[in-house]
Parts: sequence; structure tokens; C-alpha cells
Amino acid sequence: MISVAIHRTLGAFDLDVAFDGPADGVTVLFGPSGAGKSATLAAIAGSGPIDRGHVALGSRVLFDSATRVNVPQRARRIGWVFQDARLFPHLRVEANLRYGMKRAPKAAQRIDFDHVVGVLDIGHLLPRGVRDLSGGERQRVALGRALLSQPELLLLDEPLAALDGGRKAEVLAYIARLKADFALPMLYVTHSPDEVHAIADHVVMLDHGRVVATGTPAIVGGARVGAEIVGRDEHGVLLRVPHGDVVPGTTLDLTIDR
Amino acid sequence: MLTATEWEVLALSVSIAGRAVLFALPLALITGWVMARTRFPGRTLLDAVLHSSLFLPPVVVGLVLILLFGNDGPIGEMLARFGIRLIFTANGAALAAGVMAFPLMLRACRQAIEAVDPRIEAVADSLGAGFWDRTFSITLPLAAPGLIAAAVIGFAAALGEFGAVITFAANIPGETQTLALAIYAALQQPGGEAVALRLAGISFGVAIVALLSSEALLAYGRRRSGQ
Repeated sequence: MISVAIHRTLGAFDLDVAFDGPADGVTVLFGPSGAGKSATLAAIAGSGPIDRGHVALGSRVLFDSATRVNVPQRARRIGWVFQDARLFPHLRVEANLRYGMKRAPKAAQRIDFDHVVGVLDIGHLLPRGVRDLSGGERQRVALGRALLSQPELLLLDEPLAALDGGRKAEVLAYIARLKADFALPMLYVTHSPDEVHAIADHVVMLDHGRVVATGTPAIVGGARVGAEIVGRDEHGVLLRVPHGDVVPGTTLDLTIDR
Repeated sequence: MLTATEWEVLALSVSIAGRAVLFALPLALITGWVMARTRFPGRTLLDAVLHSSLFLPPVVVGLVLILLFGNDGPIGEMLARFGIRLIFTANGAALAAGVMAFPLMLRACRQAIEAVDPRIEAVADSLGAGFWDRTFSITLPLAAPGLIAAAVIGFAAALGEFGAVITFAANIPGETQTLALAIYAALQQPGGEAVALRLAGISFGVAIVALLSSEALLAYGRRRSGQ
């Protein structure tokens, strides 16, 4: 379980975010641009300063202003994937993948190289330089590199934002495979409802540097449920909405696609 | 093709310029990194001091070196206790040439470090690489083409340095007489123009060889760093 309580004033912007995420599965930080999603990730990773607060991964405290704990970024064992893959341009794909792996403590080696390469389908890319990879391939290598650093938490900062439509779906499918194959908590930042519904187990909604809601992906809205007209009566049309979580009395906002 | 004396002058010039780069390049790299990556009060002033030999007449630099490294200078006296003498020696000539070439190497090193994306270094940090680790595995390899260029510029400047070398190390054949100084000495002799012209031709040849090999090195460095 990850527990976060961050307070940080950055010029006119005030970040005051607190939430808990489950020990495995994907927690999505959802909100518009400027909501403080990336600043929250940076604070968790240990690259941005925190004025006061607390960040813990299970029983491991990474930051605590009260007891003056501040584990440096490289010792936090947190993998970080950005929207631009930020691969090392002078290293081949395999050396990029092994960079963090070589530096992880021997005792922590539980994520296997061949397993990651197989799940991400990047075996044929290993001897290549990173310059001639496609956007989707670069992002898959970046995912593998972060995963192989044997992290206890994976941060994904809008990993699909720099990709075009087709590539988005491709990389999203790989992230879903990582989620299924490796028991690793992930914090995933996005402002796309489609990505929330595709990947999230738990959603933390941010706006203006505050948590405004937490819950299941349903709180984001925009779910495509494929309602069906099953009849008419004197009040209008009867819809059947196949949505298990909805309790009687819930208000539904419907958007008609066609 | 070349006479024994000409070979000696050529070898000495290359050796002195090489030694100048050898001691000045590491210093230029460290200060270049400090200038590129840190902010502190007095930084602009330090930058001006580091570049001062670029704006001073070389003879003034030679004079300062005499005052510091001469037999009565504070550093010269200290070195003498270890049996090291710089004034009027080949190492002294390399010191003078290196000091003159230093600002050019500093600028090139600084630009090479500035060209490395700090976000790439931040990724290395998040993957568990500490400062020295990521400096040697990420920053220096990515800066390599620029650092090679810095070494070449420094070598060229040291090779041609005249004023500071002759002031500090004098013009001693076989010890401190580089190509530039040998040309000057030849011109002082009646009828020495022919000798001077041959030496000038050798200088030209050295320049061409140095330039071509630097291009080859740069191309290799760019391939290696994937740029």
C-alpha cells in the first residue's frame, strides 16, 4: 500500500494532496492539466521538494517531514516512465534495459530480464540503437527499463500522451499485460477517461492541487456501457443499462453517441 | 625529408602541446561542469577570472607565471623542495601553453556539458545511479564529441602559443624551442628565411594532420553517442 500526504507551495500554486493506493493494481491520478498530477509524482519519486508531509510504501517511509526522513531518489526503488521515453541515446536497447537492473540490489532481483522482454515483445529490438525506434517501441523499452530496475512502485506520467491513436492502444495493451504479469503497484497519471476505464483499479481525482474525489473508475464518468432500448411505456423509453456497480437511486448522465 | 633538427623541433612541439592539453583539459572539464550545472554567488566573477588569459597579452601571462612559478615565486619555491623546476623547462612551456589554451577548452567543455539533457541524468538517478556513476555512464559519454573538440582546440592553441611560452620558458633549443619559437629564432639569423619557411611548412602539415584526425575522432564520438 502506498500512502501519500504532500504539502508544497510552488509560487502561486499550492499542492495539498493526500491519498492511499492499494498494494497492487493501478491507481490513476486523474485530472485536468495543472491539477498537480505530475508534481505529485515528482514528490513521490523524490525529485521535487516537499514542504511537509509523508510518503510511505508499505512499511517503508520514504519521506516524513516530522521525523526528517528523506530517502534520496536513487534509493527509493521507484520506477518512473515519462511521456517522452527518455532513453539513453548512446546505449543500445539492451544496455538501456539493463541500466537500472545492474544497479538494483542483488537481493531485490525478482523481475526477470527474459520475462519482461517477452511480455513487452522487445526481444527483436535488443541489439538496435534507440534512435531508429518508433514512438511505441521507445515507450515499451522505457517501460521495460523502469520495470527491470526492480522497483517497488511504478510511476507512469502520461505514458501515452506523446503517441498517436493507434500507438496509444498498442502501448496501453502492454501496460495492461504488465499489470497482469507483475504484482507491482502502479501510479498512473492521465487526463483521458478512456485510459482510466482501460487500466484503473482505483482513481484519485485531482483539481487545483487538491484531491476532489477517490473511488472506482466509475467516478470519472464517460464509461461506455452500451445501453439498450428494451421497451416503451407512457413515460418514455425503457433502457437496460448493463452496469453492475450502479445502486438503485443513482443518477446517470447519459450521452447519446448515435 | 626533414632534418634531424626539424624532427626534434616537431617532436618537442607535439610533446609540449600534448602535455598542455593533458593537464589543462581535466581542469577545464571540472570548471566547465561547475559553470554549466551550478549556480552560486560570484559565479560571473569566477567566469571572468577563468577567461582572463584570453584577454591579457600573452607576455603578461608569462610574467604572472614567472611571479608564481619562478624560482622565487611562492609555488615555484614549494615545487623546488620536491626537486621540480618549471621555469625554463619543457614542462614549464607546457604550463604556459596550457594556461593560454585553457579558456578555449573551458568554453568547449561547458557547452558540451550544457548540451546533455539534465532530464536524461534524472532518469539515471531514478534508476539507481549515484552522482559519479551517472557522470561516467551518462554525462561524459554524451558530452564526448564536445570534449574531443575541446581537446583539439586546446592542442591547436597550445601548439601555436608564442608569447607566454617564450616569456616563462625562454627559447632553449631541444628544451623549450617549439615550432613557433624556432621560426622566430631562425628569423633572427641573417639569411634564416629559408629555414623559417621550411618550419612554417611543417607547422602547416601538423595543422592539417591535427584537423583531419580531429574530424575522424569527432565522427567516431558522434557514432558512439548516437548523435
